[in-house]
Amino acid sequence: MYVYQDYDQRLLEERVAQYRDQTRRYLAGQLSEDEFLALRLQNGLYIQRYAPMLRISVPYGMLSSAQLRTLGAITREYDKGFAHVSTRQNIQLNWPQVEEVPDILAELAKVQMHAIQTSGNCIRNITTDEYAGVNPGEVEDPRPWCEIIRQWSTFNPEFAYLPRKFKIAVNAVPDADPAVIGVHDIGVQVVHGADGETAFQVWAGGGLGRTPMTGALIGELVPWRDLLAYLEAILRVYNKYGNRDNKYKARIKILVKALGPDRFRELVEAEFAELKGGSMTLTEEEVARIRECFTRPDYRDGQDSGVLDKALEEHRAFNRWYHTNTRPHKQDGYRAVTVSLKKTGRIPGDISDEQFEKLADLADQYSFGEVRNTHQQNMVLADVAKDDLFVVWEELDALGFATPNLGLLTDIVACPGGDLCALANAKSVPIAEGIQRRFDDIDYVHDLGPLDINISGCMNACGHHHIGHIGILGVDKKGKEFYQITLGGRGDKISRIGEKMGPSFESHEVTDVIEKIINTYVDRRLENEPFIDTYERIGMDPFKESVYG
Amino acid sequence: MANANPERVIVDGEIVANIWTRFDAEQLEADGLPDKGAVIVPLAYWKAHRDALLERADPVGVCLEPGEEPADLADDLPRLPLVAVHFPAFKDGRGYSYARELRTRYRFEGEVRAVGDVLQDQLFYLHRVGFNAFEVRADRDIEEALENGLRPFTITYQGDVHDPRPIYQRRPA
Repeated sequence: MYVYQDYDQRLLEERVAQYRDQTRRYLAGQLSEDEFLALRLQNGLYIQRYAPMLRISVPYGMLSSAQLRTLGAITREYDKGFAHVSTRQNIQLNWPQVEEVPDILAELAKVQMHAIQTSGNCIRNITTDEYAGVNPGEVEDPRPWCEIIRQWSTFNPEFAYLPRKFKIAVNAVPDADPAVIGVHDIGVQVVHGADGETAFQVWAGGGLGRTPMTGALIGELVPWRDLLAYLEAILRVYNKYGNRDNKYKARIKILVKALGPDRFRELVEAEFAELKGGSMTLTEEEVARIRECFTRPDYRDGQDSGVLDKALEEHRAFNRWYHTNTRPHKQDGYRAVTVSLKKTGRIPGDISDEQFEKLADLADQYSFGEVRNTHQQNMVLADVAKDDLFVVWEELDALGFATPNLGLLTDIVACPGGDLCALANAKSVPIAEGIQRRFDDIDYVHDLGPLDINISGCMNACGHHHIGHIGILGVDKKGKEFYQITLGGRGDKISRIGEKMGPSFESHEVTDVIEKIINTYVDRRLENEPFIDTYERIGMDPFKESVYG
Repeated sequence: MANANPERVIVDGEIVANIWTRFDAEQLEADGLPDKGAVIVPLAYWKAHRDALLERADPVGVCLEPGEEPADLADDLPRLPLVAVHFPAFKDGRGYSYARELRTRYRFEGEVRAVGDVLQDQLFYLHRVGFNAFEVRADRDIEEALENGLRPFTITYQGDVHDPRPIYQRRPA
């Protein structure tokens, strides 16, 4: 994990002091609501339906066990004992008090955590593949580049008051898109050029929300030295020309679309021509230093002595979990384990104070003291020895973390929805729970195979409903909650925006509708054909007929 | 609406008497420009009266509104003592890029002044992108803004107009 230097620590301490003073002036009436709004948002603090929500930054999803323990303690002391993993790999608290936020930040700063730029019209948390560094498919570890971008974007003075929020994701896997870079404001694809040097394909103008679209390839092969100069060029063009009159037309995707990718590229290239070769040019020494911060765990040989094979043979439930919730690893003798936060009856992505602490213990004992958050609202123990897998499974099972449903129908992604969020038009959590209860036969869920269901309580699309194979969007119709269903979205190998089925449904109808969609899939699928492939083969009509016919 | 020209402004880290009077298009249309005194005029007025303004004995500066970029003024910059950038609302961040371009692209060495909705909590960033003068909004305490707004951080990751080097190049080896 990136090891903080003395200056990183000092910056956080200065930030706590600054924010404490801003809060004091707000409470003393020296800052208007509107002025404080912009300041608190840049610090991840929303005022929600019942209480404020504080979004804590987790750069590219990486957490140490010490950080997990602090999150546990904060969740207990300042919240109601639960926190929430977000779809951008951050952690959210739903019940902090405005007055106490400076104290929470001071606690976080002790373990190098903060809430800087987790909201507001600025550059947000940089996200990447949750298996970064251990994924056998990646061309190289993308996290050093994420950290380089994080430092450039943190308190960047020119880009704090952009037209709208700005999200950057980095992916280093050639044939898949685990960070869904296709639907980010900027998506950075790490590639190796013909000369073997690292370079980047830079995509711009993707996004979900009200007008979902996938990004356009703007930088075809940006040399690694020029990464920051190129990003700065894009941000400057956006800061100058992005729409500021209408917040629904203010994301960079609207600008790229309005200008067309070619004209947009021209503007970026003109800025880049001035920045290229300047002081933002990265050096070999600095990249090497950052790379060294992501230390390779001290892997041991001989971690697959036969314990695993025996357990796989003897324990059916373990065997099932192994195949759904663990993944191949770069290192012989190790697997990456996904900790499921999707137990039926629990809010997707929720984790309790006690679970934070127990997970920290497991991380220390079995995974080199590190954990990652996933954009699917789960967590990952990235470096578990094969010999330890059975024990880890038993421990996770005892914590309710071993639901063997990763990537399956009941592994639902959902925003907090109308139960907590002031922006939401409709609830999302009870919809997720209704579906999980209907599909409670784990054998059947396994038989259905890979299936992404994503639920957002409103247009802001925090539940990424546009890229769910089945997307569910809460809408408000004359004060009543309705749900619009989309099919065919995907955020795996490629990003694709789902297609609307037709008129929306009342909340009590949603589970039946999902079941009809699933039944249609089961009737029409070819052998071993996943849902998304069946949909792409037969199209919308058969599904529509089963639901509306 | 007439511009509220403050009596005191922050220039180069000090509170000083404001010698400049800023005029908007309406005022200029109604009353014209006074013969004496340092004035700041809108870009359109500058373009329309450029030659006459260059002849004027007392100094003339130009104010950019959001949407009016330094490029629109590029050829005249060497002859201008001051460029103001107007923030109708502090959340409109276009002016940050304008200041940056004035300093780094056009090497403008005159005064770059932030006017309008200019508040304590934005001063640090404004200063880093190249503003050296600030008309703090009239209802706010300019002393407190100077005291607490300009230097909340001793650490910065990126370079800026004062020192373009990122932190890793500033560190002693």
